[in-house]
Amino acid sequence: MTAPLIELVDIAKHFGPVIALNGVTLSVEAGECHCLLGDNGAGKSTFIKTMSGVHKPNRGEIRVDGEVVSFSSPRDAMAAGIATVYQDLAMIPLMSVTRNFWMGREPERKFGPFKLFDFATANRITMEEMAKMGIHLRSPDQAVGTLSGGERQTVAIARAVHFGAKVLILDEPTSALGVRQTANVLATIDRVRKAGIGLIFITHNVRHALAVGDRFTVLNRGKTLGTARRGEIDAEALQDMMAGGRELAELAGSLGGTV
Amino acid sequence: MSTADGRSVEQLRDEARDERVREMSRFRKALIRPELGAICGTILVFVFFLSIAGDSGMFAPEGILNWGTVSAQFAIIAVGACLLMIAGEFDLSVGSMIGFSGIVIALLTVQVGLPAWAAILIAFALAMAIGAFNGYLVIRTGLPSFIVTLAFLYILRGLTIFISITTTRKTIIGGVREAAESDPIAWLFGGKAFHGLFVWLSQHGIVGTFVAGPKAGQPVIEGIPMLMVWALVLIVLGHLLLTRTKFGNWIFAAGGDAQAARYVGVPVNRVKISMFMLTAFCATVFATCQVMEFGSAAADRGLLKEFEAIISVVIGGALLTGGYGSVVGAALGALIFGVVQQGLFFAGVESSLFRVFLGVILLLAVILNTYIRRMITGER
Ligand SMILES: Nc1ncnc2c1ncn2[C@@H]1O[C@H](COP(=O)(O)OP(=O)(O)OP(=O)(O)O)[C@@H](O)[C@H]1O
Ligand SMILES: [Mg+2]
Repeated sequence: MTAPLIELVDIAKHFGPVIALNGVTLSVEAGECHCLLGDNGAGKSTFIKTMSGVHKPNRGEIRVDGEVVSFSSPRDAMAAGIATVYQDLAMIPLMSVTRNFWMGREPERKFGPFKLFDFATANRITMEEMAKMGIHLRSPDQAVGTLSGGERQTVAIARAVHFGAKVLILDEPTSALGVRQTANVLATIDRVRKAGIGLIFITHNVRHALAVGDRFTVLNRGKTLGTARRGEIDAEALQDMMAGGRELAELAGSLGGTV
Repeated sequence: MSTADGRSVEQLRDEARDERVREMSRFRKALIRPELGAICGTILVFVFFLSIAGDSGMFAPEGILNWGTVSAQFAIIAVGACLLMIAGEFDLSVGSMIGFSGIVIALLTVQVGLPAWAAILIAFALAMAIGAFNGYLVIRTGLPSFIVTLAFLYILRGLTIFISITTTRKTIIGGVREAAESDPIAWLFGGKAFHGLFVWLSQHGIVGTFVAGPKAGQPVIEGIPMLMVWALVLIVLGHLLLTRTKFGNWIFAAGGDAQAARYVGVPVNRVKISMFMLTAFCATVFATCQVMEFGSAAADRGLLKEFEAIISVVIGGALLTGGYGSVVGAALGALIFGVVQQGLFFAGVESSLFRVFLGVILLLAVILNTYIRRMITGER
């Protein structure tokens, strides 16, 4: 068996006195969707920021294709094929879809001694990539603010895939979406996985995770409680692990099993 | 019911309707742009002054040169302020920077005796270094640029007056024109372009000539002041930079959401600092042109210019919180500003009413721009 695309072993991260992560282990294989679950403040965002080069871990090891690496900036992580779609920070609403899509990696063409943004190429590729994800834009210079939340997530995902992401991290892409838009994003996740990309899908919605996940890891108070494969675990067990077990079960009992 | 080729009437009607929708949206697309408010404002202002001051000489060549020069002054600093505002920052020290750069040039030429070109280059270098320092402070402290540059508004103005008084005992330093005579670069700021064209125009009776005095026979307009050339060049380059280059995309991104931009590898700090340097550059262009034109520098020059620049930019459709705007819009804002200021003078209106006018225009423009921007960006 080949090494996983990315492997994080026993990661710890402190912010001054706050211990945000205290021993988190996780790996992602090609073509797999690995769901990372956890309650608010469990450390999910902190963990993926460590993986994508925003934070440096205080302890632990990151291995890409079996080799130990150390990222000092998001650029390093991107160069290693790790792309992240952040919660809330995916897109700049005032800018056009094309401008967002190419932000930081604008294609250029020569114009005499000058280099200009090659809008013709950029617009064409943006439209093509969006069409592949099942979204037909009115126009590539439409502002992202005019898109729905699900469409915005899809632009961000299409962008990451286009730029050769091997590992794609999605931080709660469905948290602010309605039923139909969530379905679209989940369909996009499935499409990306079939293209052989490894996904880390962060959510605190167990049903969304079970709909697309191959493996499930639960974070609780900065620690992993273990990883389960698809079919080995059901919604209730995941829910219990997220909440730290007992208390929620008791609460659910008193509410008549609705939580 | 169906037509000859088998398609139903309903189908045909649907197709026709669909085409109309597309046509409408193309028309809307051409119309709905960030500059729309400023374009409407410009048309309105010109119609207004053509009707109340059309025969006052305001639209004769000398009149056009008059408000054109004033508008160009506003435009030069508006270009810098516009790009900086789109990058998400303000510079309130522009006015003080104008006074500072002017005094630096005058002191170095008249007091120190440096050639004008050296003095001008040193002034540019100093101003841009201060601009970079402004930007560095804003980024390092994380304070709003409003506060940091407000501090520099006072620091620079105070320093300028202090330096001027301690070295010359005056706040106005004259004699620069003599010192800059036949200088290799001073004409770039104080000279007149297209002199030949105006001689030709006067020979054909389009521009008047002096009838008496030492200049008899010469056209009354010597040429286009270099100030206007600078304004046009800065507007065109600024517009191209913003809308047609990679760096322009970074400017939008830095102001739209600095964090999101950083995450995808945009060098936000570098972008912001270079925009602070650009506003300082624009302020120094303004100062140098003024010093060369008047032949003197004064420590109180440029008062309130930062606000006039910001007003032009906002009339031009830029968003005060950054990430959105247009250099062409800012240039039109400067034109509106210049035309209104000089137009009221031509129309013989009490000059204190200028501010009333300006306030009203500012308010109307911002309301219209907000509405247009919401249509474009889907912002709520
Ligand atoms: N930059 C920081 N400085 C100090 N503390 C931080 C920082 N970032 C995160 N923390 C703390 O670390 C803990 C984990 O936060 P994190 O954002 O990773 O949670 P999360 O699992 O993503 O939660 P949510 O589901 O609400 O997004 C929290 O207690 C938070 O306050
Ligand atoms: Mg989070």
